[in-house]
Amino acid sequence: MPYLGSEDVVKELKKALCNPHIQADRLRYRNVIQRVIRMPGVQEYIQQPILNGLRDKASYVRRVAVLGCAKMHNLHGDSEVDGALVNELYSLLRDQDPIVVVNCLRSLEEILKLEGGVVINKPIAHHLLNRMSKLDQWGQAEVLNFLLRYQPRSEEELFDILNLLDSFLKSSSPGVVMGATKLFLILAKKFPHVQTDVLVRVKGPLLAACSSESRELCFVALCHVRQILHSLPGHFSSHYKKFFCSYSEPHYIKLQKVEVLCELVNDENVQQVLEELRGYCTDVSADFAQAAIFAIGGIARTYTDQCVQILTELLGLRQEHITTVVVQTFRDLVWLCPQCTEAVCQALPGCEENIQDSEGKQALIWLLGVHGERIPNAPYVLEDFVENVKSETFPAVKMELLTALLRLFLSRPAECQDMLGRLLYYCIEEEKDMAVRDRGLFYYRLLLVGIDEVKRILCSPKSDPTLGLLEDPAERPVNSWASDFNTLVPVYGKAHWATISKCQGAERCGPELPKTSSFAASGPLIPEDNKEREQELPDSGALMLVPNRQLTADYFEKTWLSLKVAHQQVLPWRGEFHPDTLQMALQVVNIQTIAMSRAGTRPWKAYLSAQDDTGCLFLTELLLEPENSEMQISVKQNEARTETLNSFISVLETVIGTIEEIKS
Amino acid sequence: MISQFFILSSKGDPLIYKDFRGDSGGRDVAELFYRKLTGLPGDESPVVMVTTGGRRHHDGRHFIHIRHSSLYLVVTTSENVSPFSLLELLSRLATLLGDYCGSLGEGTISRNVALVYELLDEVLDYGYVQTTSTEMLRNFIQTEAVVSKPFSLFDLSSVGLFGAETQQSKVAPSSAASRPVLSSRSDQSQKNEVFLDVVERLSVLIASNGSLLKVDVQGEIRLKSFLPSGSEMRIGLTEEFCVGKSELRGYGPGIRVDEVSFHSSVNLDEFESHRILRLQPPQGELTVMRYQLSDDLPSPLPFRLFPSVQWDRGSGRTTLEPKPRPVSLNVRLHLPLPRGVVSLSQELSSPEQKAELAEGALRWDLPRVQGGSQLSGLFQMDVPGPPGPPSHGLSTSAPPLGLGPASLSFELPRHTCSGLQVRFLRLAFRPCGNANPHKWVRHLSHSDAYVIRI
Repeated sequence: MPYLGSEDVVKELKKALCNPHIQADRLRYRNVIQRVIRMPGVQEYIQQPILNGLRDKASYVRRVAVLGCAKMHNLHGDSEVDGALVNELYSLLRDQDPIVVVNCLRSLEEILKLEGGVVINKPIAHHLLNRMSKLDQWGQAEVLNFLLRYQPRSEEELFDILNLLDSFLKSSSPGVVMGATKLFLILAKKFPHVQTDVLVRVKGPLLAACSSESRELCFVALCHVRQILHSLPGHFSSHYKKFFCSYSEPHYIKLQKVEVLCELVNDENVQQVLEELRGYCTDVSADFAQAAIFAIGGIARTYTDQCVQILTELLGLRQEHITTVVVQTFRDLVWLCPQCTEAVCQALPGCEENIQDSEGKQALIWLLGVHGERIPNAPYVLEDFVENVKSETFPAVKMELLTALLRLFLSRPAECQDMLGRLLYYCIEEEKDMAVRDRGLFYYRLLLVGIDEVKRILCSPKSDPTLGLLEDPAERPVNSWASDFNTLVPVYGKAHWATISKCQGAERCGPELPKTSSFAASGPLIPEDNKEREQELPDSGALMLVPNRQLTADYFEKTWLSLKVAHQQVLPWRGEFHPDTLQMALQVVNIQTIAMSRAGTRPWKAYLSAQDDTGCLFLTELLLEPENSEMQISVKQNEARTETLNSFISVLETVIGTIEEIKS
Repeated sequence: MISQFFILSSKGDPLIYKDFRGDSGGRDVAELFYRKLTGLPGDESPVVMVTTGGRRHHDGRHFIHIRHSSLYLVVTTSENVSPFSLLELLSRLATLLGDYCGSLGEGTISRNVALVYELLDEVLDYGYVQTTSTEMLRNFIQTEAVVSKPFSLFDLSSVGLFGAETQQSKVAPSSAASRPVLSSRSDQSQKNEVFLDVVERLSVLIASNGSLLKVDVQGEIRLKSFLPSGSEMRIGLTEEFCVGKSELRGYGPGIRVDEVSFHSSVNLDEFESHRILRLQPPQGELTVMRYQLSDDLPSPLPFRLFPSVQWDRGSGRTTLEPKPRPVSLNVRLHLPLPRGVVSLSQELSSPEQKAELAEGALRWDLPRVQGGSQLSGLFQMDVPGPPGPPSHGLSTSAPPLGLGPASLSFELPRHTCSGLQVRFLRLAFRPCGNANPHKWVRHLSHSDAYVIRI
């Protein structure tokens, strides 16, 4: 704000505030209140004008004054709640001007935040309900939200309220309609038929929003449609055409629509929906095509035959990005629906030519291993993979290959024995990846024990249809999400929301917080003061470390050697050292540990990596020399930017400092 | 509760920035938003984004934005608010800014920064919406809008003339409605105009065998009034207008829509009996009525396309024959082609027309097409065949992956797909000392997605 700072301005404003005629000009009054409010040192001058403003004749002044109370309260910070002011505000709920009424609610909510917000008792609730029609759409939406906390005493009262609210379900504003729907769902939580009835009535407005010209509104509406579908799977089935994607829509809307289509499918529309989804599979955008194929795979759990046929036809296109996803879908499908194994096995031959990526190869190799006895050329396909194992870049593929070949060896020993030997030899003698080598050694020793033991260990069940039931939980009751309706939760998705609210830290500790219990379980690793420290990190530079950017050790090493040290620093360190604690703490701030020496080694070393949201990499070496009781930090950065470097180092320092504090 | 509001240009430059609560980290939030937006992975939605990370000030801040005429209108909030209300507020703000500044765009916003801030001051206080009604706001807004070019009725250079059913039988240029509603207080003479548009968006999906898979019409009656507020007007709709599947009116097939919603200020006393809407519109833009219609369209489709594809060993002929019923403007036919098309030759029904290859797709633009005419385009292309012998019953004559579906975009002036017409627009208001106000009634259909599978 430009108003902070100059002494003269402060003086000027003080003068203005003491002037009893200030309210002669509404605009000037508003402006003074709005601006002064953030300024230090003028609080004592504000109080009187605001209190006068609450009783002003002009509704415009009252509106500003009512919100001014909240500003004043927040500015004082820890000041106690002024009971007289609160009473005055409660009485202003009866004001003639609808905006003053809504502002009173907002203001009370802020002032009484620590006590749980504004109290909606019966007289207030009924007064608000009666004033609803006088409010504009913003006021209505807000009041509907406040009414959520009112508990009607009796059933009779409840239905009276619902009757009064009925007209708002027909409002032309989506915000009001959704607000009213939520209130219905919450108030009628003991009457499932009323809830269902409301959801039927909101269908029209939601569908209209889904085909709205505004993409953003469309997206939000689609998220809510999905939410409803979780409880009432058949709810939108007859409107499936509304969720067909159109050419010009952005990607994120198409993906939502595909999800919705996947969820509303039933006996009557399955044919048309699959037809439509098949069209998407050949879309020019590979991402969208793959999403559509996964969606068909999801539908295949219920309508197996039709879907497998479509997927098989897609293999005929011989497109890399399609084949890989189809094979992955097949893998998941045979696990859940064993009845389609035969069809899948017939479709597989020939696929190997069109798969290049790791995920696709793993899926294909798994299928060949588990169901190899039904695929005539399975050993020959695997043989190709064994031949080329030296040039294979993904260790996961090699591991999968080992297991698959051993499995196939059990059912077709004659064809596999030779190449199994070659593969084991390669893995044990030449392979550099430890995990692959260990796996090879493990299988080798297992074979030494005897073939019966191998069978006992490797021939696990080939499918598990019960998993499907676990995976898509039965219809969730409406009440489980009613309180999330018309909020950001369905938009982010429940899982993402949980992580967001977790990140929001201790001051908002909700029921989601125990998610961090994995840390808490292993001792007091992240005490409360650590969290606070994290939030007190300096603000210089916009540093945002991205989570889960695990680099491979190879890549780390290459990058490390190619870069110069950008920063070097020595921190004092005394006492013992617990590498695990440090690793855990670093993880919390999104710094990954690439490698570190065992506890007790001297000198102790660790290599860390982190990446911020612009893609800038930070590679760090920690060197602890207990003799000198100091820790040496060297940081390398792939883009030279000092301000982010500094903030990264301060993050690191904070973490290390905290760890040391815990111990001492 | 809103913490900040800002407007960014399409390139990410902040044009307007307003902080309502002083609890945020400052202007770099706008930059952070743009960085997040451009760095988003493809499968995540940009509509609602959250900031996380170690920084105190930006933590847990939600960005909610809309894109409107290539500007980003963004609000940030740290509470779990109703996304519907916020998006509605943003689009209302966009309309409001459009009303005050003429049309919304980078240029108009940067010319009217003072006006925009003044408006924001009135609309939002401490992050709470106060009012968005043009009527209430006009009492407080002092700044005049700066318009780039003076409006002239004779500025007929722009394309897209819509006929207007007025007693003067004049034609207004399409830009006539895009001027500030409340500017030029002195210049009263030009102000008495009212524009009533019936706009329909059509989304259609036609299967390769010509059968109709999906028809969806989203209609709106939009009013833009320059009249003094409080003047009453009556809008008469076609009498055979039926709502819902069961209602029956008149003798003919009637005009049927599935669902209708009206603006809250519309008086529906005469709607049941005579299909007349009464309202006292405020100045500015207002959506009087919205309606939807799906599946059975009373009239035949406005546009047919007869595609035929012959494909033989990597080279193919595609014939497209679009055939519009009414006059259509700005027709664009878009046909994605398989990857790796090496040569393309075209033969179009008239030599002036031209189709071009852009971004892996064929684009055929027709600025104006007469109703009832039939066009034809013959395209011949070669695609290097996929390596390896074809198998799985795929014959060589099947078109390769990536051809089609064809999509059309067009505008149909003076045509509504549902058949809804405005019979009359009567004003009860008689301005003193002025001529009759000009009333412009326009009907327009345009395509949202008109897709024909091949």
